[in-house]
Amino acid sequence: MAERPETEKYPPGQHPALPPPASQVGVIAWLRDNLFSGPVNIALTLLSLYLIWLTVPPIIEWAIIDANFNAGESREACVRDGACWTMIRARFWQFMYGFYPVNERWRIDLGLVLFFVPMVGLLIDRVPAKKYIAIFLFGIYPFLAFWLFSGGFWSLPAVETRLWGGLFLTILLGAVGIVFSLPMGVILALGRRSELPVIRLLCTAFIEITRAVPLITVLFMASVMLPLFLPEGVTFDKLMRAMIGIALFGAAYMAEVVRGGLQAIPRGQYEGAMAMGLGYWQMTGLIIMPQALRIVIPGIVNTFIGLFKDTTLVIVIGLFELLNIVQAAFRDANWAGLAKEGYAFVAIVFFLFCFSMSRYSLYLERKLHTGHKR
Amino acid sequence: MTDQAVARVRGGGWWRDQRVRGIVFQIVVAAAIVLFAAYIIGNTAQNLEQRGIASGFEFLGRQAGFDISITLIPYTVESSYGRVFWVGLVNTIVLSVIGIFLATIWGFLLGILRLSPNWLIRKLAATYLETIRNIPLALQIVFWYFGVIAAMPVVRNAIDINGTVFLHNRGVNFPKLLPEAGFILIPIALLVGIGIAVLMKRWVARRQAATGEQFPTGWVTAGLVLGLPFLTALIAGQPWAWEYPELKGFNFKGGWVILPEFVAVLMALVAYTSAFIGEIVRAGIQAVSHGQTEAAYAVGLRPGPTLRLVIIPQALRVIVPPLTSQYLNLTKNSTLGVLVAYPDLVNVFAGTVLNQTGQAVECLLLTMLVYMTLSLLISAFMNWYNKRIALKER
Repeated sequence: MAERPETEKYPPGQHPALPPPASQVGVIAWLRDNLFSGPVNIALTLLSLYLIWLTVPPIIEWAIIDANFNAGESREACVRDGACWTMIRARFWQFMYGFYPVNERWRIDLGLVLFFVPMVGLLIDRVPAKKYIAIFLFGIYPFLAFWLFSGGFWSLPAVETRLWGGLFLTILLGAVGIVFSLPMGVILALGRRSELPVIRLLCTAFIEITRAVPLITVLFMASVMLPLFLPEGVTFDKLMRAMIGIALFGAAYMAEVVRGGLQAIPRGQYEGAMAMGLGYWQMTGLIIMPQALRIVIPGIVNTFIGLFKDTTLVIVIGLFELLNIVQAAFRDANWAGLAKEGYAFVAIVFFLFCFSMSRYSLYLERKLHTGHKR
Repeated sequence: MTDQAVARVRGGGWWRDQRVRGIVFQIVVAAAIVLFAAYIIGNTAQNLEQRGIASGFEFLGRQAGFDISITLIPYTVESSYGRVFWVGLVNTIVLSVIGIFLATIWGFLLGILRLSPNWLIRKLAATYLETIRNIPLALQIVFWYFGVIAAMPVVRNAIDINGTVFLHNRGVNFPKLLPEAGFILIPIALLVGIGIAVLMKRWVARRQAATGEQFPTGWVTAGLVLGLPFLTALIAGQPWAWEYPELKGFNFKGGWVILPEFVAVLMALVAYTSAFIGEIVRAGIQAVSHGQTEAAYAVGLRPGPTLRLVIIPQALRVIVPPLTSQYLNLTKNSTLGVLVAYPDLVNVFAGTVLNQTGQAVECLLLTMLVYMTLSLLISAFMNWYNKRIALKER
């Protein structure tokens, strides 16, 4: 049988779709649409490429190709032109744990595990028994951790807080920020929406005043004025005062985030709860808060990222958190002048923490935007 | 049934009445706060007395006796603590205002680049924003100061631009403008130019409303505002002289100088805040539905006017409220200048003066009051602006 011509193969209108022309798909079309769609775009693309060429290769050359990764005791160990990562290598464990005694560092590890495991459990939806995790984390853990880190009981030797430092201290301050400021923020937010005028006034005043002043002044206040407030003979150490300052400061911001969540709960939920005969605390604890907090988790995470970055400010009252301990390292005569390497290291550490947290918050936002949204 | 009635039916006492309970609870809380405050004030008074620290604001009149690196109002070592307060306040305000100005421009640009049709530009802007946003501001400030500026050449080997501007690790020196007779005419010409431009804009709007005719407002305004002072300068015969910085001994003499503290804090503040503003602007523009753009194209507007007349006015409504809080953040964050000894209010007043006089309560109280006032002023201004651009619902 002779081959029928192409046009007779299919009845009219039944021809299968042909592939698009080569210029409309694939790499070429993508390049043309996204990079070379017009004279302005071509110029911008070339300019960006030039900018990348100007900045990226020197950085890679400095940080990797020409860099020193060898171990060493001082700057002399760095013979090549690029970055001297030897300093980071030599001081790495100090950057992590501060001046905490080497033999006692397992306590920090244990404390951090005890913090992060329940925290992650709290943040992942599928983990059950959130209530007990929260009670542990916000009620028991702070005291447990304080005991564990400061020691001085049973056979654990005491470690003074002035030895605490490095990334450990940064995380600790951040953890204090979240563990104390979240419950305080919830109470303040409830107070601000309370029907009792005195309570409302007090909470509003605290929130607004704290949010209007810079964190540094709060830290100054905690470090200079707190000792004046206390009766003679009672003293807090410096770290404790910084923690109080950060917790109070964070609480004001958390309160506003939580208030946003409370406002998003429809009135019907309150009325429904009251119709069921629930009292104020039952209504708040069983109906309103679980819904409100779930809505504002992204906001809480974002506030926490801000608070975490702000922990660097404790430098002004002389605490050796990550940034300060790294600065101390390159002011040491052995490593003098290695500011760029030190700052790059701190920047990478902070970036890893903050970036992953912000991704998590984005993921939550996306998840919360689907399904049963009002 | 009222609460009291419920209480009566149940046979309970007054504590079953919600209203009474509310009042009692408030009284208890208020009493606790008052007692706590009294306790604190008592302790403080006792502590101050024991340490021999005076109280009250008399110390503001006493001589300060220390020098400040950046003073924009007259200040000497003999000036009073009160003067220190004003010097610090001016430094804070100058830093915040310049910072807000630059961060807004740079932030809007970044936000627009972030939405560019060009893939490369979009990704570059996103990478930049994401990096800057996730690195603490304090780190950025010390990086610019100790990492970049400290690594610049020493004064003797300053980078020489054209023999007029000198970059080195102690700042930037550039020529100083010395006005001569007749110089006053130039700012007057500038004001006149602005005045005419404002009047012209009104006339153009009226004419366009009446006849539909357009007018090249942008070019004429530029001509008026820039051209008029320029012409005046030419006619008046350039009534000024330059004082060039010169290397004398270990430092430059003459000319103006911008100190590295200021540069470092400003750069970090602008970079950090503009990254947040960029995200806000992006979100604002994305909040305007694409149908608006299509409708604008359909009625024949070109991309430029579409952006200017259709998209931005609507996006601004979404942008302005979070922008306000970024301005507040920038103002509050300017206190981080402390880390590199930029003499802002917190550094000189809540720092040095507090340490010298020991009057912590007064110093911190004044400082906090200042920041509260600044916050209120910025909020008030932005609220006024927000009201102006808000959707007019009729």
